[in-house]
Amino acid sequence: MRLNGRFGRFGGCYVPEILVPALEQLEAAFLDAQDDPSFSAELNDLLANYAGRPTPLTRCRNLPGNIYLKREDLLHGGAHKTNQVLGQGLLAKRMGKTRLIAETGAGQHGVATAIVGALLGFETLIYMGAKDVERQKLNVFRMELMGARMIPVESGGRTLKDAINEALRDWSASFPTTHYLLGTAAGPHPFPTMVREFQRVIGREARAQMLEQLGRLPDAVVACVGGGSNSIGLFADFIDDPVRLIGVEPAGKGIDGKEHGATLLRGRPGILHGAETYVLQDDEGQINETWSVSAGLDYPAVGPQHAHLKESGRAEYVGCADDEALAAFKALAENEGILCAFESAHALAHALDLAEDDPESAILVGLSGRGDKDVAQAQALLA
Amino acid sequence: MSRYSAMFDRLNGTGAFGAFLMLGDPDVETSAKLLDSAVEGGADMIEVGIPFSDPVADGPVIQAAAQRALSAGVRVQDCFDLIAAFRTRHHDVPVGILTYANIVVARPGFMRDAAEAGADSLLIADVPALEAGPFVREMDQAGIEPVLIAAANTPGPTLERIAKLSKAYTYCVSRAGITGTHAGGRFESGLIDRLRAAGAPPPVFGFGISAPDHVRAALTAGARGVICGSAIVDLAQRGGDVAAFVRSLKASTGNESSAQ
Repeated sequence: MRLNGRFGRFGGCYVPEILVPALEQLEAAFLDAQDDPSFSAELNDLLANYAGRPTPLTRCRNLPGNIYLKREDLLHGGAHKTNQVLGQGLLAKRMGKTRLIAETGAGQHGVATAIVGALLGFETLIYMGAKDVERQKLNVFRMELMGARMIPVESGGRTLKDAINEALRDWSASFPTTHYLLGTAAGPHPFPTMVREFQRVIGREARAQMLEQLGRLPDAVVACVGGGSNSIGLFADFIDDPVRLIGVEPAGKGIDGKEHGATLLRGRPGILHGAETYVLQDDEGQINETWSVSAGLDYPAVGPQHAHLKESGRAEYVGCADDEALAAFKALAENEGILCAFESAHALAHALDLAEDDPESAILVGLSGRGDKDVAQAQALLA
Repeated sequence: MSRYSAMFDRLNGTGAFGAFLMLGDPDVETSAKLLDSAVEGGADMIEVGIPFSDPVADGPVIQAAAQRALSAGVRVQDCFDLIAAFRTRHHDVPVGILTYANIVVARPGFMRDAAEAGADSLLIADVPALEAGPFVREMDQAGIEPVLIAAANTPGPTLERIAKLSKAYTYCVSRAGITGTHAGGRFESGLIDRLRAAGAPPPVFGFGISAPDHVRAALTAGARGVICGSAIVDLAQRGGDVAAFVRSLKASTGNESSAQ
């Protein structure tokens, strides 16, 4: 490996030996692409003219406080995930791969991968926990409409972590022809670094837009954290600035019970899916099943850079329960006319708390996705 | 001399047969009997899994075995107890542990406890040579021998690192992918020759060993032994005769010319 792949003591490349050459090839392709103006030209063209970047920064008109929303919900595909699947898709082309595999929980990353598979001409296979397949029938159909094939995963708890296991198993035999398009800034090196770099555009734009609209940096930057790609993308360009960085984890039905996904708040360091990071696990190191109303945050590990930002104290991590997220979802719809994803509602809920404490402080919220996928669930929960 | 070295010496050029079983599958008591059956069938070395909830290097058979053990409530201490009891019954048979990184790091003193139970080696499936340094140092201090995996696509410098870090044997995978009998294997001498040139510990082929032909092919390619996992675990789960099956494979490890 050419980069060290560590964030403090976290990160690394904990995969079976057979996969190390595939990760080395990926790192080399990524670094070469970074130095190749034709790569960034093609990526920037797709981001602007296919995906719709830059996304707006919207100041809330009616919600209390001084809240600004970075509108990744308006990106093609409906969430920030499109940013990085375009980047990885172009890298896969560059490496001569013909097939994409990906894991998905709620189906958003599966849909994003199906988009890039259709656009760039890959055979696309999505691994999805069998339990999630039942819960997310519409997203399964969306993927299939765009030509992707979906494989239900029956092992383990039949959710996201099992889908990642199965994708890794596929990749350990298929890497000569196949790129594993991992969906978040977690997993083995180089994924956490690479995905952050492809998502960095969120914070870069938002920082410039804050300076333009407000004339100064925000006081706090708030984003939800599942695997951690939208948050690390939003945080990256603010890390050296004097602003608070706050990651909001899914507290589910309460972090003192078992039904949550608050990895940084309730997990401890361990090794899962290729990285040393915080992991929700029992005392023996067996991985816990997690819970969140938002399937996109429902993951027992977290990107290793977040683990480092927590331990170094540079970022703060807080929890937001299902019902608080749901209330924020409703408040945004009623006051601003925006239906956001349940994931994003976690960040907004915390921003509303901050605004209540200090109405003057400028708060930048990563509105990572739109809520169309959650409308049916919201109808059931809010009825 | 380590139990592995003594075993390879004793075999005097014939191949070692390694039998893999998941500890605690389907329960502690049955598991202990299965280990004995493997030895009774002629296994020269025993490889044991300590179950992990998320075994990314394993195919369906070993995944299911780990799940059965975990569902039975088997804990890491039960696994060490099984090894310790096995050691009192079989003094000379080398025992190697195969598990995953999170199981090891979750238990301070894992290496020392494993060594004290009587295990001889430790292979951590998701720790490649690149990350093995700190683990190997701890194993060296605890007196348990590190085993690393080598594959056909492992580059030369990594093989040299494997040679430097590992003892016991070198686990050679016969193909890409995960454990299991579904995809067969390719037992080629290229990897064996490269390992020998790098000065690595004796090469032993795993993945895709389920029939006498595979054993012969692996040894003909120059391996010093084979490990059979999924086929044994699958047979045990179906209530088959593990000792007889091991005997049938072990029969193919002899020196062909002297047997004729």
